[in-house]
Order: sequence, then structure tokens, then C-alpha cells
Amino acid sequence: MKRLAMRSAAQASAVFRFPAHSIAGRAGTSLKHEHLQAILADEKRDRFFEVHAENYMGAGGPPHAALNRIRHDYPVSLHGVCMSIGGPQPLDKTHLGRFKALVDRSEPALVSEHLAWSTHGTTYFNDLLPLPYTAETLARVADHIDQVQEALGRQLLLENPSTYLIFPESTMGETLFIAELVRRTGCGLLLDINNVFVSATNHGFAALIYLAVFPLEHVSEIHLAGHTEQADDEGELLLIDSHDRPVADAAWKLFDTVISQYGPIPTLVEWDSDLPDWPLLNAEADAAQAIIDRHAQGFMPGKAHAAR
Amino acid sequence: MPPVEGHEGDSGEPSYAAVFARALLDPDLATPAAVAGPKSKAGGKRYNVYRNNVTVSLINALAAVFPATQRITGGDFFRAMARFYVRATPPTSPLLFEYGRDFPDFIEQYEYAQSVPWLADVARIELAWLDAYHAADIQPLMPQALASIPPDQLADTVLKPHPAARMIRSRFPAVTIFTANRSDSPASHVEVVEPEDALLTRPALEVEVRRLPPGGAIFLTRLIAGESLGAAASEALSNTSSFDLAASISGMLEAGAFTTALYRESQ
Repeated sequence: MKRLAMRSAAQASAVFRFPAHSIAGRAGTSLKHEHLQAILADEKRDRFFEVHAENYMGAGGPPHAALNRIRHDYPVSLHGVCMSIGGPQPLDKTHLGRFKALVDRSEPALVSEHLAWSTHGTTYFNDLLPLPYTAETLARVADHIDQVQEALGRQLLLENPSTYLIFPESTMGETLFIAELVRRTGCGLLLDINNVFVSATNHGFAALIYLAVFPLEHVSEIHLAGHTEQADDEGELLLIDSHDRPVADAAWKLFDTVISQYGPIPTLVEWDSDLPDWPLLNAEADAAQAIIDRHAQGFMPGKAHAAR
Repeated sequence: MPPVEGHEGDSGEPSYAAVFARALLDPDLATPAAVAGPKSKAGGKRYNVYRNNVTVSLINALAAVFPATQRITGGDFFRAMARFYVRATPPTSPLLFEYGRDFPDFIEQYEYAQSVPWLADVARIELAWLDAYHAADIQPLMPQALASIPPDQLADTVLKPHPAARMIRSRFPAVTIFTANRSDSPASHVEVVEPEDALLTRPALEVEVRRLPPGGAIFLTRLIAGESLGAAASEALSNTSSFDLAASISGMLEAGAFTTALYRESQ
């Protein structure tokens, strides 16, 4: 309740720079500056765009201009990749301050971060690294999420990770860990369906079972992406969350299942390397939009989650 | 391997992050014992996915900042050089546009790059380009602004540098080499052998790179240090007899190197 009160107070006093643009029921893509001119030439304006927050933390220049331009015409999702919420050390307050300034400046529809860590000591590793799931890490990650939400004055969506290893010291499963974080902090969730599929394959569990016990009613955004195939030490399939190709059929099937049960959740197609031309990426978003729209017909608004 | 601070938990044992981080940048260290594959599977190749993600993503980050440097060396050479640098000097900020500040110095010392002595200066221009790209958006001083200052006050006028303005001095034709290698078009053969000084600015959204005329670098260095036009000009003239004051000032104003002109009465 404390956080909700803070959020509405912040909204009441804010002077908004951009149109509100509802993100509900939209499909979107990662925003890449290579695609900017093609995006601006498209008059349909029915997408949303997600940006990696850190790329917009310079003082100004073309990144700020591009984000302002896109944000004027579209809802934007702000996706942090290096808050290191899952790490044992205190959050970087300077970084949190920059993050807050960017949220204030860009008025995003959604703000998200990862259940992972990327900084240890003074070294930034530029990867989403895994953590054990224990009572101790649960308490610390919950504190970190509280700290971020209090600094931002709004709800944070936490993304489930893709992982390649487990910590034998873990005492609970990932879905229980995440559900408990939601209960303790009031955060929302960003469900990355490709991450579920990648982790399920890598750790030998069924993705559908993971989804069955995942707190789907708290999901306010979905991610889809492509992955690549490697082999582990035993020569068995190891999937890599590479974001460099189209979404796999298996991920589309899982997505269809989730949307059929939970309605039109804003859904993003991530593509971060080996970028395709805009029409191909846009077609991936069209495919997500078609699934959302098909299930939206006859779906009772508010059935799953009132906040959407 | 740089010192990775061993953050310790309440128990005094190294934390999971300390244990996991230790071998990330050092392929000679064993896979941490605290991690494993599922169902008693081995963790080696799985841990290597993270090692690979860290090293390759940081090499890619450097390749994105230093495209002309990479084009001069070729991709394989650049990535091998960057790998040494990444392992010795991983980032200390999550903002990757702040990474690689001393990569040009590393290149200068890099054993296998000694036959390309201008490479470090090209890399310095690329870093300055990145700084100009991310600099604050401020309207530069208009080229005609100095015309409105009474002639008798010009010598005591101080110019405030624009936040995007950067200067790189080189003993080599670094600007010509940078320009020839920064675009996608075929690199033309560089005939120039004279030293070149670069001025980088961003008057609007495009970063601009120019060669400074003879004496221009000394003049600009003095102006950036807060000296008056008169003092900076006499310093440049005494150092470089061919220094052309009018051409230097108009070139720098044209580039958008300053934000304001202030008359400061001489003591």
C-alpha cells in the first residue's frame, strides 16, 4: 500500500512530456538505431519499443534524440540490464540515481530488470550471472527490489533468467523464489518465455510445468527471443540465450498457451545481435500480435490481472 | 587477472558471486566447485558459456567503439588484442561507453601493434568521437558571434568550450587515416605523412571531425584552459610562425567548438 500511494502521488505532481500511449495488448520489439528510419516511416504506430536503459545514460546526443522521438509516438518499455539486483553486494546508488533520472525523463509504460547479477567488487562483467536460491539470497534480493521500487516510486517488473548451471546449495526452485519475491515486494514480473525454454532444456525439466507453477497472474510483460544450440560436457543439448535469430517454434507454442489463459499481455520480440532488416523483425512482432489478438477476442478484460 | 574484490557474506566465507566471478576472466582457473550441471552433470562447458559471454560481449563492445582501429588491423588481430585488454582491464562501470578509456594506451604498448605506430592515435580519435556523441545537447556559439564584440575587447575575450569538443594531437596523419577507415566505403591509400591534430565537435546530432590548421592545437589548448583570445593567439604565434588567427577562429566557430564568449577585462 505504501508503494501504491507513493506512485499515485508522483503521478499527481508530474508534468508529463509525452503522450500516455497505452501498452495494453501490444506487441513490440527491441529498439535498434539501425531500424530508426524504417520505424519512423511506418504510419501504423501500433507497436511498443523496449530500450536497454544503460544505452541512454549519456549526457545527450543521438541516443536521447532517438528515444524522445520514439517515445513521442509509441509506448516504451525501459529494460535495465546491469542493476545487479541478484548480487550479494549493495546496489550501486549512482547507477540507481541515473536509472531514476531516465525513468523520469522518458516516462516509460513499463520498467524492468533481471533476476541476476553482473557486478562484483568493482568489476562489471556485462553478462547476466546466476545466483543460488536460498533464504539468504531471497531476503537480499527482496531488499534490493524494495530499494529500486522506492527510488523509482513505481513498480518494477523482474525477469526470470536463462541459466546454464545450478548451485547445489539452492534450497528452493526458481518459481518459488520468484513467487516469494512478488509476495514480499509487490514487484511485477516480466516472463521471458525463451528463457523458460532455454533453462528447461538445459536443466532437464518441462517448460509447461515451470509455467504451471509460475505466478503468471503477476506477469505484465512477456519476452520472446531466439536461441542457439550447443552441447554440454555430456554431449547433450545446451541452449544459449543468444537473441540473434527468429523465435523458435517451441517458444511460440508456450506463448500461445500463456496468452490463451492470461489474455493480451504486452509482448516483446528481443533481437540484439546479427540484426535483421526491420521488415523481418517487424514480422516477428506481427506474429506475436496475431496470437495476442486471436485470444483477445472473447477474452474477458480483467479476468487475469486487474492491473493490466 | 585484475584484483576482483572478494565480497564476503555474514559467515566470512566468500560469497557465491566472489566464487563465481574468480575464474570468469581467467581460462586457466578451474570451474568453481559451487556450481554444477543438473543431475550430477559436469559444469565445465556450462561455466564456459558465461566465460564466453563475458569476454566476447566485451570484445564486441570495444569493436563497436573502435571500428576504424579494427578495420586497420583486421578483425582477427583486433579481437586477439582486445581479448588481452579485456582480461587485464575489465570494465568498472556498467555504462559501456565509459569502457576502454586506456585502450589506446594499451595499443601503444601492445607488442604486435608496434609496426602500426599511428594505431593508438586513431583509437584516441574514436574515443573522442564517442565522447562527442554522448555529450550534452547545447547550442554552440554561432560563427558570427564574435563580430558583435567590440574590436578592442576581442583580445580579452574568453571562449567556453562546448561539452562535445575534443582535441587529439598526433605525430602521424591520424585524422586522414581515421577518416579513410571509419566508413564502409573502400579505404583509400593514405599518402599524407605530416602530423595531424584532430578537432571533434557535435554542433547538432552529427559528430564532426576536422584537421586543425598549423598552430591551431596550441591555440585551442590555451583557450580550453581558460586563457583569453589574445594570450592564446600570441602563444600559438610564438610557437608556429605560420599560425593564421582569423582562419583558426572561424574554423573552430564553424565546427561549434564553443558555447559562449565572455569579455574579461585584463588585469
